Formats: sequence, C-alpha cells, structure tokens
Amino acid sequence: MSVQLEHIKKAFGRQVVIPHLDLDIKNGEFITLLGPSGCGKTTLLRIIAGFESPTEGVVRLEGQDITHLPPYKRNVNTVFQNYALFPHLNVYDNVGYGLRQKGVSGQKLTEEVKNALEMVQMSDYMARKPKELSGGQQQRIALARAIVNKPKVLLLDEPLAALDLKLRKQMQFELKQLHRELGITFVFVTHDQEEALTMSDRIAVMNKGVIEQLANPQELYDRPATKFVADFIGENNTLTGEIKNGVFYGNGYQIKVNSPIEGQSMLLVRPEHIYLNSITTEGVPVRIQAKTFLGHQWKIHCRTDGGEPVDVTIKPDEIEKLGSVERAFLTWHESKSNIIKV
Amino acid sequence: MKKRFDFLNLGIATSAALVMAFIYFPMLIVVLYSFNPETVNAFPMKGFSLKWYGKLFENTSLLSSLKISVLIGLGGTFVALVIGTMGAIAMHKYQFRLKRIFERVVLLPITLPGILTGVAMLSFFPLMGIKISLTAVIIGHTTFLICIVLTQIYARLKRLDPFLEEAAADLGSPPLQTFWKVTLPNIRTALIGSAMLAFTLSLDEIPVTFFLIARENTLPIEIYTMLRRGITPEVNAISTIIFVISLTALAISIKFGEREPSIV
Repeated sequence: MSVQLEHIKKAFGRQVVIPHLDLDIKNGEFITLLGPSGCGKTTLLRIIAGFESPTEGVVRLEGQDITHLPPYKRNVNTVFQNYALFPHLNVYDNVGYGLRQKGVSGQKLTEEVKNALEMVQMSDYMARKPKELSGGQQQRIALARAIVNKPKVLLLDEPLAALDLKLRKQMQFELKQLHRELGITFVFVTHDQEEALTMSDRIAVMNKGVIEQLANPQELYDRPATKFVADFIGENNTLTGEIKNGVFYGNGYQIKVNSPIEGQSMLLVRPEHIYLNSITTEGVPVRIQAKTFLGHQWKIHCRTDGGEPVDVTIKPDEIEKLGSVERAFLTWHESKSNIIKV
Repeated sequence: MKKRFDFLNLGIATSAALVMAFIYFPMLIVVLYSFNPETVNAFPMKGFSLKWYGKLFENTSLLSSLKISVLIGLGGTFVALVIGTMGAIAMHKYQFRLKRIFERVVLLPITLPGILTGVAMLSFFPLMGIKISLTAVIIGHTTFLICIVLTQIYARLKRLDPFLEEAAADLGSPPLQTFWKVTLPNIRTALIGSAMLAFTLSLDEIPVTFFLIARENTLPIEIYTMLRRGITPEVNAISTIIFVISLTALAISIKFGEREPSIV
C-alpha cells in the first residue's frame, strides 16, 4: 500500500468536514478524489500532504505512520491549483528548490532539473520568471518542480482547473503519460467527472466528507452504488417506487426487475440506455414534453404519468421516425438499470 | 452635454492645480531663496550663490542636529522594521478574536496627536527607568513607525499567494527557512518602501521628540530654535537639502511600497 488513511475524521472548529473515512491507495495507481466543491476532497489531499492534521485517525505512507510528520518531512509532493510558483525565482531555481533543500548541488542538480524540465517539455524556459509564462507553461513548471523530487506520492489539487478546454485535454493526456513513465502514485483531486473518468485507475466519489463509492471508472459508470454517484457521473434518471416479488411498482406503471431488494427503492437508468417507442405499449408510459438537438444526438425530455422527469437520448435518424407523437413508452435492458434501496 | 462635462473637468483640473500650488509654492520659494546671495529674503534676487550652503557646513550645531536626526531616524526605522514585520506576519498568519478591532487599534499611535504621546511618554518612561535621552526618543518614534511598517507589510502579505509558504514546506523547507527563502524576498520591496516612509516621518517629527530629548536637538527642533532668532538663509539651505532627501525617500517608497490604500 502506498497511502493508508485509517478512521480519518476532520473538523474545523465545530464544522465536521470529514466524519469518518478509510481509504487505501495502492502503489503506483492513479486515484482520483472526485466530488462537488465542499465535499472534503481537497481537505483529504491536504491531510496526506501534511498541511492539515486529522482530528482523529492515522495516515500511513508505505506502512509508516506519518500522521504527525510536518509537510517538509514527508516524501510526497503537491501540485497546487494555482501552481504557487515562487515569483522571485526563475524556472530553474523553482524546479531546483526541493533538491537544494535535500542538499543536492552542482552537476547533479543541473542534470536532474534539466531532466525534469525535459519531461514536461520546458527545457527552453529555464531563465524565465513565472510571470513571464502562460498558464499552461506555469502548470508544467509546477509539475516539474514536484516530480523532480521523485516523491513516493504526487498530489494534484485540481491542477488543470485554470486551463482552457483544449489545453486541459492535452494536459490530461500528458499527465497520464507522465504517470506511466514515472510509475509513482498519483492522487488527483477534481470536480470534473469527465476528467476523472478519462484519467483514473480508480475513482473515489466523495460527498459531504464521505466516500460514496470507490471503483474503477467503468464500474462507477455502469454500477453506481448510490443515487449521488449516478447523478454526479454522467447523466441519470431516477424513478421511485416499491418492489414486491420482483416487480417494480412505479407511479402508474410496473416493470419486472431482477433484484434481491424489496420495498421502497429507486431505479436508476442513464438516458442513452433507454429505448423510446411509440408503437408498442410495453414499458413505462410517458408524455414527450420537449426535444433538444445536441449535434450528435437528440435529447427527448419526457415525463411519466406520475410527473417524474425522464430524459432519453436518441440518434438523429430516429427523431424522424418518432414524428410528432406525444405519448411513448420507455424500455431498457434490465442489466443497464440499477436498483438502490431508499 | 459634452461641453458641460469638459467645463466640469476644466474646473476640477484648475482647482487641483491651485491646491497643489498652494501646497508646494512655499517650498519652492524656500528652495529659490536658498540660492539667494543676500541675507534678506526679497525679490528680485540679486544673483545666484551657494553661499548659504557653505555657511551651513560651518554651522556645527546645525550639522550635529542633522546627525542626531539621522541617527534617530535610522534607529527608529530599524526597530520598527523588525517589530512591525513580525507583527504583520503574526496578524497575517493567525486568526484571533477581535482581530478586526486590533487592525484599527494598531493605527492609534499615528492618529493620536504627537503632543499627547509625548506627554504620556514623558511621564511613563521614568517609571520604566528610561531616562530622557536619545534612546527615549528612538523608542518614542518607534511606537508610531511600527504602524507604518506593520500596515504596509500586512497589506503586502495579504496580496501574497497564500500557497507559496505551503509550497516551500512541501518542497522540504522548515518554517524559518521558508521565511528567509520565500516570504522575505517577496515582501522585500514593501520593506524598502516602508523603511523610507518611516525614516522620512521620523526625520521631521517634533512633538514627541521635544518631550523626550535631553540636551541635544534634532534638526527640526534646531531649525525651530534658529527661526525664533529670525529667519536666516541657512535655514533655507538646510530645508532644501531635507526637501530633496525626503522627496527621494518618498519616491523610493512609492516605487516599492504598497499601492493599496494604506494609512498614509
């Protein structure tokens, strides 16, 4: 195990940010802490870095208890959201800062700084001051400044949030590549679900200081454990009803389900997994309320007789078949829906 | 409509110019007269001469008072820099109750009339075993110079990226090293700026100095004494020199100091 968080609790005064949390981070994995702002993901990262100490619990780095070790004694490095480059130092001195603290100097220092800058393709900028660099370039220097120290764990606090979309995509790719080359553990914090899905080996979805689900991206998308996860990752529809003997009784319809759950429950299904037809009378009856063109597909906004909104996405060629009907029926493969106990 | 606004702007510009003239014209007259060969200040001047500057450098009491003023200025500024910077860092770093009130109270020494401070210190210092002396004057000046330094450094710290210190710690710097290697270089200009400002303020301070000084005189007090015996052109010369020094210090302080609204 790379990092182990055991029974972590964090409170600022009376405000409890993380009530109770356990997390094992594997060696060399790219793990993402994903959640809306205020969910405690950054606090958790800062606890690993040592900027915050947990109110309760233990932090281990490769088995060693580092709970009370100050940040400057931890073998982890952080890439800050705003980069936090030292404005009075040039690129070379910024990147060399950590090594100098460790007593590296002369030829070896130059060599390692150059290597790190090469990895982020910034070798030509050594003499520049941070303010003479663009946001994307500063981002690369911040990365180089951290990885040059060969930390056991690299912590990244929404490092791409300030970049424009195109640059962000490129940096996502490069970060992933860097992760493969370095082989060190990456702990990445973001509120961008797409970013998390494309980059991570595993994602911990956080809400109100609690990890709602920890899984790989595919599993997270296909098998969300909670409504929160289903809503936060991708798009989701929620139907509420009651299950009796393998039948889901919704408001004005019933569907057969294959679930051990009985009683009040929620049925989660994604818009792209729903078939919409106006010919048969099988499935959930809905009224079509509006249609939105999204370019590669159409989104059909429906409402069940009970008033629950359901969105369906269909291909552009299907929209013509649909015509101007107002009433339709929704079906889906049972394996694509998820049932959660309320 | 447009015409009216132009007229308004012209009015504002004119009154601004008039106010500036009212403030600086007297000073220019002093500078001009310092080059007057005559003893009597009167127009038109009968030529141009550096005579009074020469006289000035023969006037030992004036020169020694200048030396004392500079000494007090340097001493007060130095102590204020150390204490003020530490205070600013503490205020920046820690959240405590009544902090907002404290931010105001800290300014009290410069809002209080100097004469009050002077009287208060005159009666308080002997209790502390501090004799009326240069040391007393330096302490007196330091009390109000601290707030200059503190507010300036505090304003700079507030503008500083709060993650810089964490980044330094993250890269292996213990707190003290972080201060020397990261914090200090980034508040350097504010330090220079506030030092200049503090020095200038100390240089022309009279009320507090007057109460606390023993036998020696500082420059402003010496000039005041000289004036009581009638305006001598040497005063014009020394005033011009001080004016130039202050202007330089002020220029430096503006260049390096905080641009945010501060107390001075």
